[in-house]
Amino acid sequence: MSGPSDSRRREIRTYLTGYGAALALTCAAFALVRWPVFGSGATFAMILALGLIQIVVQFRCFLHITLARSARDDLQLILFSLLIIALMVGGTLVILFNLRERMM
Amino acid sequence: MSTGEVQHPGLNLGSTDAETHEAAGGDVFGFWMFLMSDAVIFALLFATYGVMLPATAGGPTPASEYKIGPTFVETLVLLTSSLTFGMASVAMKHGGHLRQVLSWMGVTLALGLLFLGLELHDFAQMFAHGAYPTRSGYLSAFFGLVPLHGLHVLTGSLWIVVMMVQLCVFGADSRVKINVLRLGLFWHFLDVVWIAIFSTVYLPGLIR
Repeated sequence: MSGPSDSRRREIRTYLTGYGAALALTCAAFALVRWPVFGSGATFAMILALGLIQIVVQFRCFLHITLARSARDDLQLILFSLLIIALMVGGTLVILFNLRERMM
Repeated sequence: MSTGEVQHPGLNLGSTDAETHEAAGGDVFGFWMFLMSDAVIFALLFATYGVMLPATAGGPTPASEYKIGPTFVETLVLLTSSLTFGMASVAMKHGGHLRQVLSWMGVTLALGLLFLGLELHDFAQMFAHGAYPTRSGYLSAFFGLVPLHGLHVLTGSLWIVVMMVQLCVFGADSRVKINVLRLGLFWHFLDVVWIAIFSTVYLPGLIR
């Protein structure tokens, strides 16, 4: 059993870790655009990857979503929402980009 | 008992307030469902933006309108406000002084309003360049997506004011604590949406 001040320190450390990681990922993404070293396609892919990693970091450290078993099905809700988002966003982009290609 | 268990997303009260912790499960989970449906709305606006991107109708383009400096500052401000709200939640959870909780929330509120001011300044500059929503499909999609996030931040700021008043009037009782937990989820969620905005709207538009 850990005391209350122990868990308090641990929680503050989680927030600070998340903040530091988010800060580093943000700076990396902006630096890639400000001082371009790679081609535009590679830079775009790297920005998206850095953004995704940062979203995972913030879910983990700020929203406290873990893979651990929880009393509620919040992880399942998130995964289901992600599925819906992937289907709708992916479907929209595929159909409309395809349509544009055919219209041009 | 399940005080050690994780009841809901976000910071859990756990053993610091076992009774409220039990009650918080359903309430916070319901709010989490709202946030996820909000995420779906934002995702579809992102898809619309992606589709509308080439539809500039000979008008302003992303490269001519976005500026990396102000966007970076806005990102830092919003990210820092997420940390300060986290500090407010931790202070409230562990029975910190009311003044401590209120001052962390005050800092968060100030950062949220600073973010809104910077964003409005950006929009005003865009309008001055002739980049207004009815100019082209691209700009309609842009002004549908980014100001909606701004409206969420404004709502969140109002909510922070309401919670500060509730904390002063009622103290940190059970109901107020659950409200602050929900507000925390909302505020952190807004930061996640902003990550998606700067990495799919602003930065790609600025790649040379």
